[in-house]
Amino acid sequence: MSPAEEARIRDEVKSAWALSAPALIVLALAAVAPLLIVVVYSFLSPGQYGGIEWNFSLSGWAGVLFEHDIFDDALKLADGNLTIFWRSVQLSFVTTVLTFLVGFPTAWFIATRPPKARALWLFLITIPFWTNLLIRTFAINQIIRNEGVMNTLLMKAGIISSPIQLTYTDTALLIGMVYVYLPLMVLPLFATIDRFDMRLLEAGYDLYASRWQVLRRVILPIVKPGIIAGSILVFVPCLGAYVTPRILGGGKNMMIGNFIELQFGQGKNWPLGAALSVTLLIIVTIALLAYVRTISGERKDG
Amino acid sequence: MADRAKRSFAVTDLPGFSTIAILVFVALYAPILIMTLYSFNAGQSVASWEGWSLDWYRVAWGNEEVKKATLISLQVAAAAAVLSTALATLAALGTTRRRNFRGQTFIYVMINQPLMVPEIVTAVALLLVTAAIKKATGYSGLGYLIMAHTAFCIPFAYLPIRARLEGMDTTLETAAADLYASSWQTFRRVTLPLLMPGIFAGAMLAFVTSLDDVVITEFIKSPGQDTLPTYMLGQLRRAMKPDVNAISTMLLVFTLVILSAFFLLSRNRK
Amino acid sequence: MKTTLTALALLMAGSGLAHAEGELFLYNWGNYTSPDMIKKFEEKYGVKVTITDFDSNDTALAKVEAGASGFDLVVPSAGFVGIYAEKGLIEELDLSKLPNHKNIAPEWMNVEWDQGRKWSVPWQWGSTGMSVNVKDYTGDINTSSIFMDPPPELQGKINVIPEMGDVLALATMWAGGNVCSEDPEVMKKVRDALLAAKPKWMSMDYSTVEKMTNHDYSATVDWNGSSLRSRLANPDVAYGYPKEGYGLWMDNVVLLKDAKNTENAYLFLDFIMDPENAAMLSAFARYANGISGSEAFMPDDMKSTPELFPPAEFKDKGQFVTVCTGKALDYQKAIWTELQK
Repeated sequence: MSPAEEARIRDEVKSAWALSAPALIVLALAAVAPLLIVVVYSFLSPGQYGGIEWNFSLSGWAGVLFEHDIFDDALKLADGNLTIFWRSVQLSFVTTVLTFLVGFPTAWFIATRPPKARALWLFLITIPFWTNLLIRTFAINQIIRNEGVMNTLLMKAGIISSPIQLTYTDTALLIGMVYVYLPLMVLPLFATIDRFDMRLLEAGYDLYASRWQVLRRVILPIVKPGIIAGSILVFVPCLGAYVTPRILGGGKNMMIGNFIELQFGQGKNWPLGAALSVTLLIIVTIALLAYVRTISGERKDG
Repeated sequence: MADRAKRSFAVTDLPGFSTIAILVFVALYAPILIMTLYSFNAGQSVASWEGWSLDWYRVAWGNEEVKKATLISLQVAAAAAVLSTALATLAALGTTRRRNFRGQTFIYVMINQPLMVPEIVTAVALLLVTAAIKKATGYSGLGYLIMAHTAFCIPFAYLPIRARLEGMDTTLETAAADLYASSWQTFRRVTLPLLMPGIFAGAMLAFVTSLDDVVITEFIKSPGQDTLPTYMLGQLRRAMKPDVNAISTMLLVFTLVILSAFFLLSRNRK
Repeated sequence: MKTTLTALALLMAGSGLAHAEGELFLYNWGNYTSPDMIKKFEEKYGVKVTITDFDSNDTALAKVEAGASGFDLVVPSAGFVGIYAEKGLIEELDLSKLPNHKNIAPEWMNVEWDQGRKWSVPWQWGSTGMSVNVKDYTGDINTSSIFMDPPPELQGKINVIPEMGDVLALATMWAGGNVCSEDPEVMKKVRDALLAAKPKWMSMDYSTVEKMTNHDYSATVDWNGSSLRSRLANPDVAYGYPKEGYGLWMDNVVLLKDAKNTENAYLFLDFIMDPENAAMLSAFARYANGISGSEAFMPDDMKSTPELFPPAEFKDKGQFVTVCTGKALDYQKAIWTELQK
């Protein structure tokens, strides 16, 4: 490597840091500093009425995996916590897949409109989200409840004879989550499809590829960055979702976000809440890194 | 040229995609229609229909609290969207389309960190941080909310911009540089316009994300800083009043008017 | 002599009041403060009142405890008043500035969380019982068995509010204990019964008024004011007082130590203890207020309702729900967490 080239690389790295610095400073103040507090809290003992006592204690961390039976003091595996974690991961995964399945065609549809109409369609997809999340969630409930619009219409049409019970089921929760997180999938997908050179499709068809082959071999590899961005934006916030499970899930079966909230609220066990959050953070970070590594590894091969 | 455009348009059709897209749009608007409908409901409840009336518009208009909450929501969301998109654009330019360097993963993890922590955790911790600053400085304005919202909006703005940048053709930029354009000119005239759809998508995401935030806002708001979501959260235990439907419908109509005006103007200019 | 003194005090207070201008910051449950009453207060004293909402006692406490909250008055539930006092967050009231203090009804004067009402003044009080749609269930509604051991016709149609203190109080009384029982046998019965009953519930949700009115569920653990609202919108809803014991609660206004507008806060505290103003609060929030003489100013549909005035046979079955301490609280936290999983 020539000295000139080395200097160029050094400059490039310097500018990378300089450009990222403003965002990093804001994040350090408003996102990372709070996180450090939470890490400290996870090693303290809980206050009687919530809050913390300034004594070192591992009870929060022990509580992630084990619990004392309140009656006979027997130590046992906190299977409830694991159930909640697993349930959250499953629901988030299904939500991500569903948002992709409906979001990809939607993004494709928007990106293939004539250039002038594209911005209009984009606005159309974001406008519902200018309405508050709580109102939207209530309105969804209004549609799917037993005496709601959907069941009434289906019954009038003679498709079903008795209402489909959706209120407070996992299906209701999934419908709500897909709705809420859809734009987080559609917009990044749109951003990549939009710069996709449609002539590649012609090339594909000219080589007698089927539509499925073109989709798999030409389109998907190129829009991959959008898929990655979209699935991160959907999956990760889904894991910590709070409002939708509370309103549409009926509060009987929690997701991890609600469970952590419980510890900071009525459960009055801040250290356990803090330890659970850090655990969640570690799991998500590992998953993210693995995901990004695999993806960028693949790219090098191709 | 026109011929080519027509042909490429046809090959972009994928079976069933348009149908799914149209269904998605219908589904997206169904709850919004319900909300609009119920804002004209004569009854007290948000859930049972009792005939047409404009009562809730009157109530909402006379309800200082809900009006103020709406304004604060919009202010915070607009400020946070602008700030976070600007910061995210810079960071995306700094982290894409260059050789891998040490610390890249670190930056990536930092930027996505707000996504990975449930809101309540950030909220509780931010409460302590902001309380300390409030005690020290006596400042209790909207700055805290804007700062916190900006932070958690950054990943939402960053990811679409990065997705757009990644693999964006560098030939045009190189060409511009070859024609002795300064790096600022190249950025302003070539990179930025190409990046615009990503920036736009990012800003929209940041805006709606800020608009929906409940938990963090609930914990760090100062007196009188209820946003629409925290105002509604407070009502959750009692009966939800349909005046929020009315205010949301008004907000929606307002948005539509602004956007249509924007479209007509930009069309005329072209 | 005494009357002259009182008159003098009133006069002094009054003159002080008339000039007090500025602001007041109230931190209260959402949708709980009568806008008409606030308007009346603002017009009378020229004080601008800013209301900020909270949705749980725990959030409110956390925010106030963090410091520099900027609020003057907070409205915590009874059990939390003691915690605020213990943590040194609230000011002992100067009763000489509260001439209307004498209007507090005798039964609300020497309450267990505040003997002699030196720390808090009443806002609203009510009970926790059962709301039942009597078309769906014709059996006895005055029992906690409705949610602890649901009858077959109600299974899958019951809601339980996700409120630890209220629900566990009902459950403990149903199992034969007192509200903050430390008896492991009783608490074990509570846990086992709750865990066995949970699969027969439909949800654990707060929005009981809409859901009962619209018949989304047939029965719920409920607060009396919510039940009243549901009944006014849907006559099939009735409120039951569990004979095993039902919960009583009260929300109270406290003055924060770091309040910046103390004088205006006193004006407000005194103002809401005036029977006419207290009645305005009740007319809005639909609960009783603990101020003598306010019934006369209440709206007609609240004057003799079964929701606000328990029938004689159940009158002594109510127990106050406080925040438990020590072992009792540990039991509650553990059971509640297990139940919510």
